[in-house]
Amino acid sequence: MASKVFPGEFSSLEKISDFIEKHAQICGLDENATYAVRLAVDEACSNIIEHAYGGEGLGNIECTCNVLEDGLEVVLRDKGKSFNPDDIQEIEVGIPLEKLGNRGAGIFLINKLMDEVHFEFSKQEGTTLVLKKKK
Amino acid sequence: MAIETTEYKRCSLVKMDGRIDSNTGDSLMDAFNAVQENGIFKLVFDMTDVDFMSSKGWWVLIQTQKACKRYNRGEIVLANVPKKILDSLDLVGMNHYFKIFDDVVSAVGYF
Repeated sequence: MASKVFPGEFSSLEKISDFIEKHAQICGLDENATYAVRLAVDEACSNIIEHAYGGEGLGNIECTCNVLEDGLEVVLRDKGKSFNPDDIQEIEVGIPLEKLGNRGAGIFLINKLMDEVHFEFSKQEGTTLVLKKKK
Repeated sequence: MAIETTEYKRCSLVKMDGRIDSNTGDSLMDAFNAVQENGIFKLVFDMTDVDFMSSKGWWVLIQTQKACKRYNRGEIVLANVPKKILDSLDLVGMNHYFKIFDDVVSAVGYF
């Protein structure tokens, strides 16, 4: 297990990505699976900064990588505002360009990229997101 | 991260390297906006040296495509999209909104 705390700032995203890549390689994930985890974690951390904290520099993101026999588990913890994952609407695809929105897709993409996605919310502990990617 | 813009007779070529994420996406948007402010709406985005693109990048491209296609004045096309980025675009159906070329010469030649 390896854990690191990053400031909740967009400039942390590259450092978080490097941290994930290092542990994905230790786990033996291939290049595609490694990119999928990096992308999912980037989307999750961007959402934490933008939506949970409501901006940059307002809290930290704790990132833990657990090397499993069959893959990698990433745990992200923040103390920002909680949300209901069921309230997140899937993005519409195949609609005309002019009707397409200008943002979103983070949770939708995380669910598509990862094998397991699990949220836990606690008033004391904040939000915990557990992501698993199999080899 | 570096962003370069080159003007050709019929279009402009924008090239960026490194990551496109929530930290760098606004700089790319600024580069596309600067080209459009010069009245150029036919754009090629060379992604040869982009090694990571989050959904922030897709939305920058979508916003730019909307602006370029308005009044049928042009469009943005993509060149040399790395496979892992293309796969993620495919996953959410974003690739349908762009013409994608295997090389910059073909993309510039399209205009």
